[in-house]
Amino acid sequence: MQVFLKVWRQADAKSEGQFVTYTVENVTEDMSFFEMLDMLNNQLVLKGKEPIAFDHDCREGICGTCGLFINGRAHGPLRGITTCQLHMRSFDDGANIVVEPWRAEAFPVIKDLIVDRTAFDRIISAGGYISVNTGGVPDANTIPVPKPKADEAFDAATCIGCGACVATCKNSSAMLFVAAKVSHLALLPQGQVERKQRALNLVAAMDMEGFGACTNTGACEIECPKEISIVHIARLNREFLKASLL
Amino acid sequence: MVLDAKIPGGPLAEKWTQHRFDLKLVNPANKRKYNIIIVGTGLAGASAAASLAELGYNVDAFSYHESPRRAHSIAAQGGINAAKNYPNDGDSIFRLFYDTIKGGDYRSREANVYRLAEVSNAIIDQCVAQGVPFAREYGGLLDNRSFGGAQVSRTFYARGQTGQQLLLGAYSAFARQMKAGKVRFHPRHEMLDLVLVDGHAKGIITRNLINGEIRSYAADAVILASGGYGNVFFLSTNAMASNATAIWRAYKKGAYFANPCFTQIHPTCIPLSSEHQSKLTLMSESLRNDGRVWVPKKKGDSRAPNDIPEEERDYYLERIYPSFGNLVPRDVASRRAKEMCDTGHGVGPTGLAVYLDFEDVIGRKGKQWVSDKYGNLFDMYQQITGENPYEVPMRIYPAVHYTMGGLWVDYNLMSTVPGLFVLGEANFSDHGANRLGASALMQGLADGYFIIPYTIGDYLAKHPHGKTDTNQESFKTTTREVEEKLNQLLAVDGSQTVDDIHKELGRILWEYVGMARNREGLEKALKLIPQLRETFWKEVKVPGTAKELNPELEKAGRVADFLELGELMARDALHREESCGGHFREEYQTEENEALRDDEKFAYVAAWEFQGTGEPAKLHKEVLIFENVELTTRSYK
Ligand SMILES: Cc1cc2nc3c(=O)[nH]c(=O)nc-3n(C[C@H](O)[C@H](O)[C@H](O)COP(=O)(O)OP(=O)(O)OC[C@H]3O[C@@H](n4cnc5c(N)ncnc54)[C@H](O)[C@@H]3O)c2cc1C
Ligand code: SF4
Ligand code: FES
Repeated sequence: MQVFLKVWRQADAKSEGQFVTYTVENVTEDMSFFEMLDMLNNQLVLKGKEPIAFDHDCREGICGTCGLFINGRAHGPLRGITTCQLHMRSFDDGANIVVEPWRAEAFPVIKDLIVDRTAFDRIISAGGYISVNTGGVPDANTIPVPKPKADEAFDAATCIGCGACVATCKNSSAMLFVAAKVSHLALLPQGQVERKQRALNLVAAMDMEGFGACTNTGACEIECPKEISIVHIARLNREFLKASLL
Repeated sequence: MVLDAKIPGGPLAEKWTQHRFDLKLVNPANKRKYNIIIVGTGLAGASAAASLAELGYNVDAFSYHESPRRAHSIAAQGGINAAKNYPNDGDSIFRLFYDTIKGGDYRSREANVYRLAEVSNAIIDQCVAQGVPFAREYGGLLDNRSFGGAQVSRTFYARGQTGQQLLLGAYSAFARQMKAGKVRFHPRHEMLDLVLVDGHAKGIITRNLINGEIRSYAADAVILASGGYGNVFFLSTNAMASNATAIWRAYKKGAYFANPCFTQIHPTCIPLSSEHQSKLTLMSESLRNDGRVWVPKKKGDSRAPNDIPEEERDYYLERIYPSFGNLVPRDVASRRAKEMCDTGHGVGPTGLAVYLDFEDVIGRKGKQWVSDKYGNLFDMYQQITGENPYEVPMRIYPAVHYTMGGLWVDYNLMSTVPGLFVLGEANFSDHGANRLGASALMQGLADGYFIIPYTIGDYLAKHPHGKTDTNQESFKTTTREVEEKLNQLLAVDGSQTVDDIHKELGRILWEYVGMARNREGLEKALKLIPQLRETFWKEVKVPGTAKELNPELEKAGRVADFLELGELMARDALHREESCGGHFREEYQTEENEALRDDEKFAYVAAWEFQGTGEPAKLHKEVLIFENVELTTRSYK
């Protein structure tokens, strides 16, 4: 099959970007979207042109490095997957495909389709942890956790930090990302000691990084490749409120 | 130089305790005067950075990733071992030690492996305290499962995302130290060389991947935790960017490279489907707990799997290995799968696959049970192949997965370059000729949380701090070398892409230095690889400049190193005239096609010393002495 791409190209953070079109031939159904881009890049290199820069690494949906806006949707047309898990069998022969980077003020473009998401690291370092040093901790089984709680904590902890929630939100809010971390730790007995401070610190850090406010549109939940529920946002709101009252 | 592994004396079970007492300590008030560079922030690097910073050292941590959470450790699925014996099924530190030594086919150091088993329990405690959401039983306590090469259940897991949860734990501890100002993180910075001052590792040269800036960093010691080199094969289960550059450049600066040919080929991966494929995806070995491996008895049987009646299926692992069945170690399972395909029993469009079937367990325990346990793996499989594994058996085939080889380190995890420490998959330490499942996560975290914090102190205490700065001559010369190399890569301006050449290298290695090796093939590889290297330096095309974000340039530098490493792997495989673990030499096998070790001649670690590119490396041997286990032929029957 062949596809027609319209790809965002931008030399660096300071330059203006623009769309460039490419026709890619000999695409097969079992190729991943990235393998299709690899093929195009290989051709561009041989023609002495600059290949398209995009972020990726594990190519199996877990490292959170990849993230493209494809035909107006974060991580492409399917639900519950990352861009690297998208295969060409999801597109028709002759399809027009528009490819853009995540667009959010807090995620400046570095080049072409690559953005800077280090804001997420700064949010986590503001308190997305349990303050224990290495060594001197109790035996693991002295901290029982009811299975349903452990499972729910896991559902939140599964966030891969890809930023699709931010990219898809009209306010560029990072609420789902922050909620996932707050929820994961608030559900576990180990996380109780710093529970309140954590909620306050993470929300403050999020605001400082220039992410927008959450207006509960729920778009994030739909595009989150790990299908993290906005139930966690509700929990974050409660946690934040409780913490602010004291 | 004589290789001194610095194994402490005394009985096995007391070595580490005694050694910790004998190691010199750095006064708490002095720790903040020492600077430590850590290259790599996966499980090994992030855990080391956090632990050392907590002790008071100043840490500069580097990664070519944008965040520690992107490291390849994130992809580990199945689990992490520990000798907790929670299930009360007979596990102990000694049994974990024994299984690991045996699983590694007696090619690892007793003292190191024992220490690994000894600290394994503390890792689980640490991770739980950090909030890692391990799987739990209904009573609220931790759940375990079994894994290949063991008859006890000692594997802790977090659905099929154990590596992710462990890495997020280590990353959170790391992030906390970033906040405390004790860890300075340099994202998207690639180490391109090691700097020696008076023979000691005192710094690194990095390239900022965003703008191309080359910079020097000085410190009192350097730690490499840069992961494995499985991507030398192009196709592997590793992340796309995983590479050998950090350890390879250190090798060229004098660090010995140990057992480079010990590669693990994992038995359960999704088979290759097209020539454009960029990577292979692992289906966790934990699936072998509940899935049954089979092929049609009839050669070339093209019926759909569900149309092949029970009596016409060969559950060959259960047949050949009645006591371990589907849970034989990886090297054995991989080789048997290859053998089935080589003899015409392979399935799927290419004939290079065997079935992994869940019909039985779905019948016994229900679809929900299976999906709770393996849901994400089943989804992943369906995403890639377009087939539903709840209904049709999975097709699997072996793929390159892990490298047991790596930089040689002594008991203190220090390489042959003083002041250069190596952790995690980047070193060769604990897995011998074959790694057991769920043991790499254990090793990476053991190295980072519980070993390096002690052993690096001994080195630092014995060497005065703060004498190095980046104005010294060796930083300048090394910087020039790095810049020249980048310019050379850009200057070739040939007609082949980096990927094309990398794929060719992968084909050579898979064919001749892969699952089964022989003299003739290895000698051929030793001709082909240098030729390909020549082609690379004449024909490669790298667009753009060194002063900007340039992914092709990054890849080119890594592939240039792979082209040298591949040759060393072939040389090592050729010299080792025996079969052991993942190293299977066709000339050396038993009548039952099992690996035939030669303990008389080869019970040693092969540590190679660089002699110049294109020159044969020089072999040094660290003889392995076994005082606590008897060297037997592994039998999983
Ligand atoms: C698909 C898969 C599943 C696995 N499942 C399991 C499992 O279930 N259980 C188990 O025990 N093991 C498993 N393993 C093995 C295990 O995950 C790895 O061996 C382990 O995570 C390696 O950790 P590490 O910290 O040594 O390296 P990595 O996690 O690979 O980290 C390497 C780090 O080094 C950095 N780096 C490298 N070179 C440079 C450079 N030149 N400059 C700057 N930074 C650099 C990278 O940016 C990264 O931060 C699995 C492996 C794979 C591939
Ligand atoms: S919440 Fe979902 S969309 Fe947002 S960063 Fe995490 S995984 Fe990505
Ligand atoms: S590349 Fe890792 S999640 Fe897509």
